[in-house]
Amino acid sequence: MSALDDPLLIAGRSSSSRLILGTGGFANHDVLAAALHASGADLCTVALRRLDPGARSILDVLDAAGVTVLPNTAGCFTARDAVITAKLAREAFETDWIKLEVIGDDRTLLPDAAELLEAAETLVDDGFVVLPYTTDDPVLARRLEDVGCAAVMPLGSPIGSGMGIQNAYNLSILIERAGVPVILDAGVGTASDAALAMELGCDAVLCASAISRAHDPVAMARAIATAVEAGRLARAAGRIPRRRYAEASTTDVGMPNLAVPGPEAVGAE
Amino acid sequence: MIVAVNGTATEIAEGATVAAVLVHLNLPSAARGVAVALQGEVVPRAQWVSVAVRDGDRIEVVGAIQGG
Repeated sequence: MSALDDPLLIAGRSSSSRLILGTGGFANHDVLAAALHASGADLCTVALRRLDPGARSILDVLDAAGVTVLPNTAGCFTARDAVITAKLAREAFETDWIKLEVIGDDRTLLPDAAELLEAAETLVDDGFVVLPYTTDDPVLARRLEDVGCAAVMPLGSPIGSGMGIQNAYNLSILIERAGVPVILDAGVGTASDAALAMELGCDAVLCASAISRAHDPVAMARAIATAVEAGRLARAAGRIPRRRYAEASTTDVGMPNLAVPGPEAVGAE
Repeated sequence: MIVAVNGTATEIAEGATVAAVLVHLNLPSAARGVAVALQGEVVPRAQWVSVAVRDGDRIEVVGAIQGG
């Protein structure tokens, strides 16, 4: 069986794709629909904001594509706001699933660890399937797992920065120690970042800006989906160890003697 | 009475329910993807027809947008 046949399992839900599409940043719903198709994703995030009765609902696009909606708590800075937002999302979308974001700083959009853990515990106790956006700190990830989160979603670098995976060592330790799926959630800038995440052992990659703000979002969706698969296959295949010096791939045995014979060399062999 | 609907002061009939506010504003109350908070607390959909709004209340009506 190929590593690609092994479905992503989160809280008992099976997913054929290991790329989760964040829907933020697309120029319009048509581009989103085309990129969604190209990505192969079957799980997509949405955010909650004051309703604009005149606007076409993004749910029309997602429902037509047959994908599952994963609401988030984007923009929340306190545990209380995040918990209320999650409850609004449960009412709006009839789902217990929540991508929990509790932000601590509006320039870096880095998670607020204390508020995040408090919100996660409250929501798990209320029956939510909680997928928290977290830092690449293995200890915080373990704390989130301990309170019952169904997965952890560490960043590679800040949201929308496109800076890739800035601390592969932390991320590797987090993955080794995690007992729940690990989904890289922020920082992907291009396909190679997604491949690296999967090579390091992530179970899935969530990607929004790298696709939605690419020059050609549909082509980038395909590129990143392919990279996620390539990284998954490479992880399962087992990479060679890194070494400081070369190791010839061709044997020295049987090298011909190509020296031009001099008078003293004749018969030396 | 005056209630703040998504931040806008709005004249609503005395004793109106949450459902009546949505109808008054032509908001698609039946549509999936809509949720309501009254005074900072979630009002479950099943209670929209029974929960009354009071003068000065703050009501937030939210729906899905692109994000995350």
